[in-house]
Amino acid sequence: MSDIVHLTVDGKAIEAPPGTLLINAVKRAGIEIPAFCYYDGLKLQAACRMCLVEVEKTPKLQVACTLPVAEGMVVHTDTPTVHEARKGMVEFLLTNHPLDCPVCDKGGECELQDMTFRYGFGESRFLEQKQHIDEKQWSAVVYFDRPRCINCYRCIRVCDEGMGLTALGITNRGVLAEIIPNEHDHLNCDECGMCIDICPVGALTSGMYRYKTRPWEMKHVGTICTHCSNGCKTTLGVRNDEIIRGNNRDRSGLNGEFLCIKGRYAFDFTHHAERLQSPLVRRNGKLEAASWSEALAEVAKNWTAIKQRGGRFGVIGSTRTTNEENFFLQKFARQVLGTNNIDHHRSGDVPTLLDALSGRTDALATTADFYERKAVLIVGADLSQEQPFLAWQVRANVRHHNAHIYVATPGPVREDRVAAASVRYQEGGELASLENLREKLRAEPELVVAFGDAIQGDAVRQLVNFGDSLGVPVKYVALLDYSNSRGALDMGLLPHLGPGYHAVDTPGMSLAAMLADESLDALWVVGANPLGRHVLAASKPFVVVQDLFLTDTAEHAAVVFPAASAYEKSGTVTNLCGEVQRLEAAIKVAGTKPDLEIFGLLAREMGANLGIWQASKIFEEIRGSVRGYNIPLPILTTGGAAQTAALNGHVPAPPRAERIQAAHNTLFTSGSLGQFSRTLQVVLEAPGALYQGR
Amino acid sequence: MTFSPALEARFAKLLTIYPEGRQRSAVVPMLMYAQDEVGCVTRELVEEVARRCGVQPMQVDEVIGYYSMLHTKPLGKYHIQVCTNISCLLTGGEELYEHAKKTLGIGNKEVTPDGLFSLEEVECMGACSWAPAVEVNYDFHHHVTCEKLDRLIEDLRKLK
Amino acid sequence: MLYNEPNPLETRVLTKRFGIPNSEKAEVYVANGGYQAFLKATGMPPEKIIEEVKVSNLRGRGGAGFPTGLKWSFVPRTSPKPKYLICNADESEPGTCKDRLLMEYDPHQLIEGMLIGGLAVDSHKGYIYIRGEYRYLITMMEHAIDDAYAHGWLGKNIQGTGFDFDLYVHTGAGAYECGEETALLDSIEGKRGVPRMKPPFPAVAGAWGCPTLLNNVETYSAVPNIIRDGGAAFAALGTPKNGGTRLVCLSGHVNKPGVYEIPLGYPMLEFIEKFGGGVRGGKKLKAVIPGGSSCPVLTASECDIIMDYDTLAKAGSMLGSGGMVVIDEDTCMVKAALRIMRFYAHESCGWCVPCREGTTWLRKMLQRFHDGMGQASDIPIIGQVSKNMLGRTFCALGDAAAMPTISIVEKFREEFEAHLDGRPCPYEHKPAMALA
Ligand SMILES: Cc1cc2nc3c(=O)[nH]c(=O)nc-3n(C[C@H](O)[C@H](O)[C@H](O)COP(=O)(O)O)c2cc1C
Ligand code: SF4
Ligand code: FES
Repeated sequence: MSDIVHLTVDGKAIEAPPGTLLINAVKRAGIEIPAFCYYDGLKLQAACRMCLVEVEKTPKLQVACTLPVAEGMVVHTDTPTVHEARKGMVEFLLTNHPLDCPVCDKGGECELQDMTFRYGFGESRFLEQKQHIDEKQWSAVVYFDRPRCINCYRCIRVCDEGMGLTALGITNRGVLAEIIPNEHDHLNCDECGMCIDICPVGALTSGMYRYKTRPWEMKHVGTICTHCSNGCKTTLGVRNDEIIRGNNRDRSGLNGEFLCIKGRYAFDFTHHAERLQSPLVRRNGKLEAASWSEALAEVAKNWTAIKQRGGRFGVIGSTRTTNEENFFLQKFARQVLGTNNIDHHRSGDVPTLLDALSGRTDALATTADFYERKAVLIVGADLSQEQPFLAWQVRANVRHHNAHIYVATPGPVREDRVAAASVRYQEGGELASLENLREKLRAEPELVVAFGDAIQGDAVRQLVNFGDSLGVPVKYVALLDYSNSRGALDMGLLPHLGPGYHAVDTPGMSLAAMLADESLDALWVVGANPLGRHVLAASKPFVVVQDLFLTDTAEHAAVVFPAASAYEKSGTVTNLCGEVQRLEAAIKVAGTKPDLEIFGLLAREMGANLGIWQASKIFEEIRGSVRGYNIPLPILTTGGAAQTAALNGHVPAPPRAERIQAAHNTLFTSGSLGQFSRTLQVVLEAPGALYQGR
Repeated sequence: MTFSPALEARFAKLLTIYPEGRQRSAVVPMLMYAQDEVGCVTRELVEEVARRCGVQPMQVDEVIGYYSMLHTKPLGKYHIQVCTNISCLLTGGEELYEHAKKTLGIGNKEVTPDGLFSLEEVECMGACSWAPAVEVNYDFHHHVTCEKLDRLIEDLRKLK
Repeated sequence: MLYNEPNPLETRVLTKRFGIPNSEKAEVYVANGGYQAFLKATGMPPEKIIEEVKVSNLRGRGGAGFPTGLKWSFVPRTSPKPKYLICNADESEPGTCKDRLLMEYDPHQLIEGMLIGGLAVDSHKGYIYIRGEYRYLITMMEHAIDDAYAHGWLGKNIQGTGFDFDLYVHTGAGAYECGEETALLDSIEGKRGVPRMKPPFPAVAGAWGCPTLLNNVETYSAVPNIIRDGGAAFAALGTPKNGGTRLVCLSGHVNKPGVYEIPLGYPMLEFIEKFGGGVRGGKKLKAVIPGGSSCPVLTASECDIIMDYDTLAKAGSMLGSGGMVVIDEDTCMVKAALRIMRFYAHESCGWCVPCREGTTWLRKMLQRFHDGMGQASDIPIIGQVSKNMLGRTFCALGDAAAMPTISIVEKFREEFEAHLDGRPCPYEHKPAMALA
């Protein structure tokens, strides 16, 4: 068989690899064949019959979405018969479709509306009564309006194939055929909204967005989801400084169109009623609203005093703030406060992994590797719950490339359903359990290994040894918690390592040590809530907090600064695979300031000169000084993800090994921030649990 | 759920006749045989069949809406199905159906208050050459006239 | 007891044992020459069995008339996968009621036909998919199968031939679409009976993804006769390329409706006269649906033809499933079109747009028309909408709905016009459809 097929479409010569579907082959010649049910990456349906074309020597019109190209095929997509057929299909679709476009959420971005304009009749010949069926609510997120549905099965397929859930089905037949949820009258699912966004019409709508606005009344801002560490792009629809919706229909980020409930809907914390919108200063034991200058002065005064008397500082950074902010913060701590007591909530042992892989190239996995590599091993993570996008990649890899998935977890996970083999272990038995997979893994041509916090310290080196012993190329990734967990590490929010994992002269206290230090004088917590889980040993330290909400930690503060969220600032974040992407400010919340600006103002108030606090300038500094970050700017400025380079050198271990403990969020939790997302709170599935096989 | 020993035996056989791992094939037959005993396809039956065949209950929901002989509401003890499709239509099936409605005092897919009879206008049931035809539960009646139907209904009423 | 008197003019090949008491007993079948063809076939190479079926010019009796021998040759005999044999006993095409008789009066003939099919394609497991309404036949067929097992005609090492074959019955649950072969496959897998994409054809990837031979009851039932008497003898009964006899289900406005076995190529009008005893009440013939409601109707003047696949195709219709419906002069063709469309709208599985929406639209339009609310402009629309379905739907159900409708609006346009402007149906007052 030749590896290229020649055909003629509308008089143009086209080449395509054998097996290419006609509907895709014509795109190269700039020809478009309309389609509803055909959807790239999902199973073929041939149900909407919109893609009919004429193929010479075949009597009937042919369905381009399922027809593979053939040598010498002559196709016509632009004949009166084809136009007639398309008109006919649009007309059929409209017979039972309500003409409620003016009130339909999809109006303005509805594929049926567009097709009607492009291919339909001017007027309707249908004079009969339309079928009416009442709208149904299936969950806090998903609403279904049957009359608008065109039965394209996209929702069913994306749920089944894309999400691995099969939460949607179809019952009845003929014109009464109707999409149904898995729990008879409601849904029990990921509430990801994939079905809603993939619906070409307004049949599936979201409880968050419905009836709120029209697409053209919003400005659309592409930024990076602030929740987990996968780094999905989310396009926020904004009107009047309010985020109305999130989606990624333009498939522009590394996540394509994928988003989980957090990326798509959990932006609602931004306008939560409890959002801090003014600095707070403790007066007479109570936190009271204060002006920025009062609050800044209060902090500078105390810090200066503590510094002068040689007091002990502790600084805890954030896993959701930008690289620029983290870089600036550690500089502030080290240069202005003069301390290496800086840390953050660590969730994965990246430093040890980097050290173990030192000197290798091509040993760190990218998010794309989860879709492209022939085999993936998941150790100690409930991927579908904790790392939703990686899980999506893995499922797509199985579907499209027959990849082999291996799972070693303490309990059942969704990946078991597509896995070539799964093993279970009890805590401590992680590495031993891998021995049961050794033979199978050796037979793989290549492997990607993703591991959670169950593998840390020396176990990371043992895991790498195990990988080496397989005799196949292996790439690794340490799974992390939040949107910039990786950036916090890379930027040196660590007591013993500075930016780029360079050792510092005298290692400072770790997060746990700071909290346990009875003589701590000052604690500065930026975008973190350590006191949500730990107690502070020191009796009267001067606590400064920057946050969106009055967290448990903020309740202990002397001064609280209202911070802007990730959706309200610019800068860069680095996902768990070391891919750097840019944040784009979508809204502004009155009274708040980005953390970077707060740092800058504090530095100025302290009379320190740390350079200007402008994200782009600081990023230049990062590019120039942080190992691995000399990445091409054009990729970032065009909204892409730039891969950081692998480290090449030794990464010193911490002076004292400490237990790293990830947050282990489910799909419906997101640390302290998640408590302020109404969406995450109200879905019936929340808070969910790991290792239930869901 | 518990079923009669005969039905249990049928279920047991059903689960063996399809290829290994293909027990989903038994879903429709199980529903068909079970609804005769249970009266209709109840929620409980859906879950039970799903469990026995190793499928999601939704996958059972998908089929019960699809197949016209699966009913989610109880039928009468005697389910009278009158065919009005083309061969029966030409030989009086429609008049027969209208007559049945009047005699029983119920409409399509309705049940008499005493629960004895239900009526359904059905599509061709394979009795065209002996039309018009009526099926009562699973019994065929050929060349039915209004008088014959009346007699049949009377007999069934007596039988209870 | 037979449902209708046989006619002496019949050529009884498949029906020759009809009426023998206790026919569900294997012994009775054997005593009447049964299972001999199977034993003969066990001594034939599979290619030879298929060759005989090809020579017989047997064409599928389910509706499409595809050459059976050719279909058998498509099954990859050497595939390492299990191969399945399926008998389509969903018989739901309006006008058709013959498979019922074949299972009721001679169940072992069907079993024997399937056994021979199993030998031909190296299959050892078969299923008879019987429509749910035929519950009594499911029971009868199960008894016949049990008896065949008991007498060693099914199961392991059948009659010491070394051939194993298991046969089961699967019940449908009320869905015409499940007669379509690929929808039947989804249905037997426990799903909604929605058609599948072709290729792959069932012969290559059918039930549970394995090679599957699927034929109609009548098709399988013909096979023992072909093997016993030779393909040539069967072929000689019919016309070129249209071998053998077939069961015609005569219904509608005739004096003696019934199922009759006649050779292919029998003249249609003669059949109506000699078998049906002519049009009932001495009325004039208006139209004939030659092979089930999916076929384009023929006007009385088009009926002077012989009945085989090719001749009917040339006449713009089809031999279909053998359901022949005779329509007299007092019948409203708008009503006939409406009733047929009601059926297809009810039975559309809903998978593809043109069939799902088109059948319902046409049903509503025809209803309005028949109710006297039609407009002159609707008449061409009925035809156009049907043509928008024709050849463009996912499976042939859409065609089945479009074809009769197109033929009725084209051939009986004046009857549509007679319903315009609020006029009552001109046929409604006639007691033509009154009960016999
Ligand atoms: C909508 C539709 C319904 C059908 N119903 C039946 C049926 O009830 N019985 C049948 O034998 N074939 C039916 N067929 C034809 C089958 O698809 C298939 O061609 C046939 O069973 C093959 O067997 P044969 O080659 O022996 O005819 C139907 C086809 C379509 C498109
Ligand atoms: S709900 Fe939307 S996506 Fe699902 S079948 Fe209907 S139109 Fe298609
Ligand atoms: S895109 Fe081809 S049928 Fe829908």
